[in-house]
Amino acid sequence: MTTDVISRSTTLSAKPTEKQGQSTSVKMTARNINAFFGKVQALYDVNLDIAGNRVLAIIGPSGCGKSTFLRCLNRMHEVAGGTMTGTVELDGQNIYGTDAVLVRKRVGMVFQKANPFPTMSIFDNVAIGLRLTGGVPKSQMNDVVEHSLKQAALWDEVKDSLNKSGVSLSGGQQQRLCIARTLAVNPEVILMDEPASALDPIATAKIEELIYELKKDFTIVIVTHNMQQAARVSNTTAFFYMGKLIEFDETKTIFTSPKQKQTEDYITGRFG
Amino acid sequence: MKYQNQESIVSHLRLKTSPRHNLGDVVFKYTTMIFALIVLSLILLMGYEMYQDSKPSILKFGWSFLTGTTWDPVQEEYGALPFIFGTLVSSAIALVIALPLSIGIAIFLSELAPPRLERPLSFLIELLAGIPSIVYGLWGIFVLVPWIRTSIEPFFSRHLGFLPIFHGAPYGFGMLAAGLILSIMVLPIIASISRDVLKSVPQTQREASLGLGATKWQSIRLILKDAKSGILGATLLGLGRAIGETMAVTMVIGNRPTISYSLFDPGYTMASVIANEFTEATSSMYISALIEIALLLFVMTIIVNMLARILVWSVTRSTR
Repeated sequence: MTTDVISRSTTLSAKPTEKQGQSTSVKMTARNINAFFGKVQALYDVNLDIAGNRVLAIIGPSGCGKSTFLRCLNRMHEVAGGTMTGTVELDGQNIYGTDAVLVRKRVGMVFQKANPFPTMSIFDNVAIGLRLTGGVPKSQMNDVVEHSLKQAALWDEVKDSLNKSGVSLSGGQQQRLCIARTLAVNPEVILMDEPASALDPIATAKIEELIYELKKDFTIVIVTHNMQQAARVSNTTAFFYMGKLIEFDETKTIFTSPKQKQTEDYITGRFG
Repeated sequence: MKYQNQESIVSHLRLKTSPRHNLGDVVFKYTTMIFALIVLSLILLMGYEMYQDSKPSILKFGWSFLTGTTWDPVQEEYGALPFIFGTLVSSAIALVIALPLSIGIAIFLSELAPPRLERPLSFLIELLAGIPSIVYGLWGIFVLVPWIRTSIEPFFSRHLGFLPIFHGAPYGFGMLAAGLILSIMVLPIIASISRDVLKSVPQTQREASLGLGATKWQSIRLILKDAKSGILGATLLGLGRAIGETMAVTMVIGNRPTISYSLFDPGYTMASVIANEFTEATSSMYISALIEIALLLFVMTIIVNMLARILVWSVTRSTR
């Protein structure tokens, strides 16, 4: 499965699409992020540029602030009752100066535990994002749902049971349903918070393959504690430790010749 | 040597956990089980006793007991419909008023209130449920009823007097007063259980909708959808309380066994008639008829409460 993914990546880089041409542009910029839960500080002065149409992996031991950082990128940190200082820019615009609802439409999120809406059918789970926004005619809705499920590589498995409950699916399918739900709103950036940590290896491989596909159309930031996963799916990797960004570089560099001692200790399994 | 030693330790442990040593556990288990079964048998026994004692009335009046509108102890004619009507209507008024308020309170407490406001407010609401009903009743007589007589009923008859439910003279005492006081009494039950139900919806569901770009209001609506059956259960628990409530209702409903369209008119409830007339019931048929009302009330509240519990459990368990 891994080789499959790698071969796909080489074909992608060999024939850059138009979107890939823009990939060097900076999509999001985080400046001086300090995040808190009450009086406890979770992040210290994090600065990070996120390139468009690429995959950024955030790694680090538990409690290092990687999820908190991710949630600062679409203002979900404040939903959990946290506070933060600093700025996060999306296409040059500070997301903390605008409406959080609009930000989250542009910066979608996939959570650690698949969380489809239990009272809704598979179809409704995908359509809900558009229904919340409103203004999408019924005829178009079917197309969007089908397209999103196809993008999430779930269509073939569920096309005959779209009216079944979303929670009737297996764990891996549920997570792909949640990805389809996020895709349906057509965000620009997708944040993934350990999306495969609760899944078995086969389901995990499917999600990783999916991330490879989605990179063409979206900017992806994925938090993972699985270093092999980071190495497999990402272009760049950021290593967080104790709330600080220790090192940020091309994934290859991080895993072959890290500059910081702490990074090397972590990726070689000496701690964490 | 070492091996032998190990074996002796193992056999010693076996001895420790032999059935003889577990005797205490077994005795304890069955003793507590008997305690639990006493509760069950108490309910069955109550039902059986009431059935036995109401048998003369059941045999004499049959189904007409449920449909008869005359309650005349002198002529020995007993029809319970006015009481059933009074219980159902006053409870319905209570729910119509209390339900929207309770859901609003529950949403505020579980979704919107900051923690330092949530805790004292929840405490106060639960406190409301603990006030003895006689206190509600006194407050009803001295504050609520005069207010209804001088303000509420004149207001409704002036502006909505063409509706049959607002016909008649403003007594103050009557169905409206009973419904209002019941609504205050069931509100804390519905509100606090609905809050628990909403709180049991996992945080991941809130994040799922907010992460899609839902507004706070849209997110709350999705949570309400998840919690729907639990809130229905909370409502039924409130209904159970309203059906059975005796003292406060008796003090303000007017206690007249009539069936009237108007909310201003006096009424009577099943619980009230038992409380008021049991001491003066002289003939055995009179007593039997009152006990049959008690049996009806008993069955009604058990059914309502059972449904309520099942609904609340179905939500709070499945989401855990």
